[in-house]
Amino acid sequence: MRVARVIPCLDVDAGRVVKGVNFVDIRDAGDPVELAARYDAEGADELVFLDITASSDRRDTTVAMARAVADEVFIPFTIGGGIRTLDDARRLLRAGADKVSVNTAAVRRPELVREISLEFGAQCCVVAVDARSSTEAPSGYEVFTHGGRTRTGIDALEWVAEAERLGAGEILLTSMDRDGTRKGFELNLTSKVSEAVGVPVIASGGVGTLDHLVEGVTEGRADAVLAASIFHYGEHTIAEAKTRMAAAGIQVRPA
Amino acid sequence: MTVERPLVAILDYGIGNLHSAQKGFEHAGADARLTADRGLIDAADGVVLPGVGAFAPCMTALGRTGLDDAAADAAGSDRPFMGICVGMQVLFAGSDEAPGTPGLGVFDRFVRWIPGRVKRPQMQWNVLERRTDHPMLAGLDDPVWAYFVHSLAPEIGDGADVVATCDYGGPVVAAVARGNVWAAQFHPEKSSRVGLRILANFVAAASAGGGAG
Repeated sequence: MRVARVIPCLDVDAGRVVKGVNFVDIRDAGDPVELAARYDAEGADELVFLDITASSDRRDTTVAMARAVADEVFIPFTIGGGIRTLDDARRLLRAGADKVSVNTAAVRRPELVREISLEFGAQCCVVAVDARSSTEAPSGYEVFTHGGRTRTGIDALEWVAEAERLGAGEILLTSMDRDGTRKGFELNLTSKVSEAVGVPVIASGGVGTLDHLVEGVTEGRADAVLAASIFHYGEHTIAEAKTRMAAAGIQVRPA
Repeated sequence: MTVERPLVAILDYGIGNLHSAQKGFEHAGADARLTADRGLIDAADGVVLPGVGAFAPCMTALGRTGLDDAAADAAGSDRPFMGICVGMQVLFAGSDEAPGTPGLGVFDRFVRWIPGRVKRPQMQWNVLERRTDHPMLAGLDDPVWAYFVHSLAPEIGDGADVVATCDYGGPVVAAVARGNVWAAQFHPEKSSRVGLRILANFVAAASAGGGAG
């Protein structure tokens, strides 16, 4: 049985969740522990925290956050953003994160993927890939870094295969063409990546409706779907997402 | 004998993240300690062998810290013992992942790659299909969902000690138990309310002074 996962993504700045989450009766919309516990209770399968802390000297706040979440929330969570070295990964994993996701640093130095995978196991090594359509890339999709601002000249399909070979246990695939558009996942890209690798793929970027989540699995062939705004702003609950997916014939863990 | 907050020793042999396991067992009512101290392990009401990553590095680290003997002795005692994930796999005789590296041999069969055309690792929630009625899963209503991250799993063998399987391209061993030894391929400490109940069931067995229920 293949069971699709639904993963809310929370942006974190200096240990606080930003882009406020509008749960009714939440005491502190910036508290990562309270929000994580709420998403657990609502039936989220995993959580992703994307660290957008600009200054590196405030990164300790992210480690402290990982520990605080792990103390009280008993579903898997991933931390990504700003992880440059094996030591960065080590600190977050030791603090209680289940997985770390590497992006720009892995493109710059692919051995980082191998190092994390060897020390902690492939299961905790997520490679995040930001891809944008490009006529210059053989597959039609090019890897971008630095939050989608910097082109690399690397073909997205070649990079995900290389990431798997280096020891990635999962691919977090974001379409930079769709991110923030609410037009749905880039399904062609998602299905190509899902076919290209033998490890699970999380689809990300562009979710605006519950049907987009369905398409990510049925047409995009993703193993998990990640979304932010449709959950955070109270448009839909995790339960609604899973009900819609189940109605479309997708196996999910009921919320 | 009933202990108010039973001492659960979680074997700390330098592998991976044990924080969640400790917090989970505390949440479930134990005085849970991460430890490599033989005296503490021998005195504990229950012993937990966690494990993440790969079979060979876990066996190497167990050997380096001397906790291979401590684990084998605890498993061979009458105190509740629980292996989790790779901590379950190392209880077996060996693994496809590391040919030539013997396991602890508490169970005499082998750990194999999950067969078939499925994604490896299985990294998802899946349903535990009960094979026997065991205290590990007491108090849980079906379907019981648990979180798995693994590419290998123990052979089913004759199935006598298999508590539950999950369906992943075919039946895959999810939990085994024999006497005081419980073992879970999934991560109870990451399986939300269901997982905390499983940990509480173990803590209850530790408190009562025996794992067989």
